[in-house]
Amino acid sequence: MTAEAIASARRILAIVLRHFYLYRSSWPRVVELVYWPTMQMALWGFITLFLITKSSWIAQAAGVLLSAVLLWDVLFRGQLGLSLSFLEEMWSRNLGHLFVSPLRPAEFVAALVLASLIRTVIGVGGASILAYAMFDYSILSLGLPLIAFFLNLIVFGWSIGLMVSGLILRHGQGAESLAWAAIFLIQPVSGVYYPIDVLPEVLQAVSKGLPSSYVFEGMRAVVIDGVFRSDFLAYAAGLNLVYLAIGAASFVAHLRLARNRGLILQIGE
Amino acid sequence: MLEAAISVEALVKRYGDVVAVDSVSFDVPRGTTLGLLGGNGAGKTTTISILLGLLLPTSGRVTVLGEDILAHRFRVLGRMNFSSPYVELPHRLTVRENLTVFGHLYGLPKLSARIEKLAADLDLLPFLDRATGKLSAGQKTRVALAKALINEPEVLLLDEPTASLDPDTADTARRYLTDYRDRTGATILLASHNMPEVERVCDDVVMMRAGRIVDRGPPRVLIERYGRETLEDVFLDIARDRRREAAIP
Repeated sequence: MTAEAIASARRILAIVLRHFYLYRSSWPRVVELVYWPTMQMALWGFITLFLITKSSWIAQAAGVLLSAVLLWDVLFRGQLGLSLSFLEEMWSRNLGHLFVSPLRPAEFVAALVLASLIRTVIGVGGASILAYAMFDYSILSLGLPLIAFFLNLIVFGWSIGLMVSGLILRHGQGAESLAWAAIFLIQPVSGVYYPIDVLPEVLQAVSKGLPSSYVFEGMRAVVIDGVFRSDFLAYAAGLNLVYLAIGAASFVAHLRLARNRGLILQIGE
Repeated sequence: MLEAAISVEALVKRYGDVVAVDSVSFDVPRGTTLGLLGGNGAGKTTTISILLGLLLPTSGRVTVLGEDILAHRFRVLGRMNFSSPYVELPHRLTVRENLTVFGHLYGLPKLSARIEKLAADLDLLPFLDRATGKLSAGQKTRVALAKALINEPEVLLLDEPTASLDPDTADTARRYLTDYRDRTGATILLASHNMPEVERVCDDVVMMRAGRIVDRGPPRVLIERYGRETLEDVFLDIARDRRREAAIP
């Protein structure tokens, strides 16, 4: 490892350390990490218990809704974790200090990604443990495909998180609600809780352009049919490369725009 | 002639029809302190932001420590630092945590010792483990100075560095900055409205109004040139466009 690579890693970890310090000093933030995933999991767990007696589709694959809600949270928490880590820097008016330090934009993004990964693992991990305790359901029952599902969803979440963070950088804190709202634009067409063939044809076409659709279809194939669809995985991974490139380019473009318009020092409402 | 640590050539920044900085050129020799003076909207913060790479100019060239800041800012950012009232440190983090994070960003060795030394110098030891947001305005200003000095920068850009400090603490901070410059050979660019401060610490002063440099010189020379008693009177003459014929360079 070269000296520059070590210095780069140290800068990335410095930002992660900054978020660790923040969470260490703020128990509401720690509670929030697991609160929503747990509430969602509990809600869908009880819905599953009810539907098992009413629906043969649910009865033959009781874990399908719980798997869906936990995997959806990987996507949602991945995006939110990145956008919120960025927002924390805006709220504290610290971006100016960071951008005049030797921290490169790519290192800043890497730190946001790492912080998001840690937040997602804690949030979804906590909910998964409770799902086992409350409903005797283990997300690990998905087997090795779970790794592929997790990676594809969190990478897609990061791509959206980068786009959202760029828009917040461009439009200020007035646009911060995008951090929570933007992801729900894709939820109906991702087939999280239902197969995408129930969608109107035009929305099915949209759905086919999203990595998340292939992951949730793939998840149902594993849970219901016991089959791992590697073709779905390949589509999802390919699309993720495209979305990640768009997300990174969008963030860099907005950062340049912010530097051009003097937004970094004025960032606020 | 001393080598320039900062060199600004024909710098222009426009926002649409508004010209924030208009053909500004100046050099700051190594080891000296330059004061950037002007009223609100004169272009001081815009100039400093461009020097730091936070803002892209419309045209012009900026060189810091021999590097073109627009093309290669990461080659020199580690040797620079700044403090500004427009930028804050995370409030929930303690002073020590904030300085630790920035120490790592600047890749400093023996970080704990460096933080203790800075805290002792700037009278921050009693507050090191207190949340930064819970400090008084004056204490926060000293923490901002500590952050600006954490990497022992060769070029230090300070925007209102003693704002919110009581006269005693401000005097100590000014003395510290002057000693720091003399000890390390650092170059300081200081934007301030505090005229006595500028008179005391700056070797040279650039007066700005409406984005342009309207005069330049050592504080004593400017005072004599305008036939005034203090730099504040000179500042008021320039801000109110009451320059005397003889004073126009």
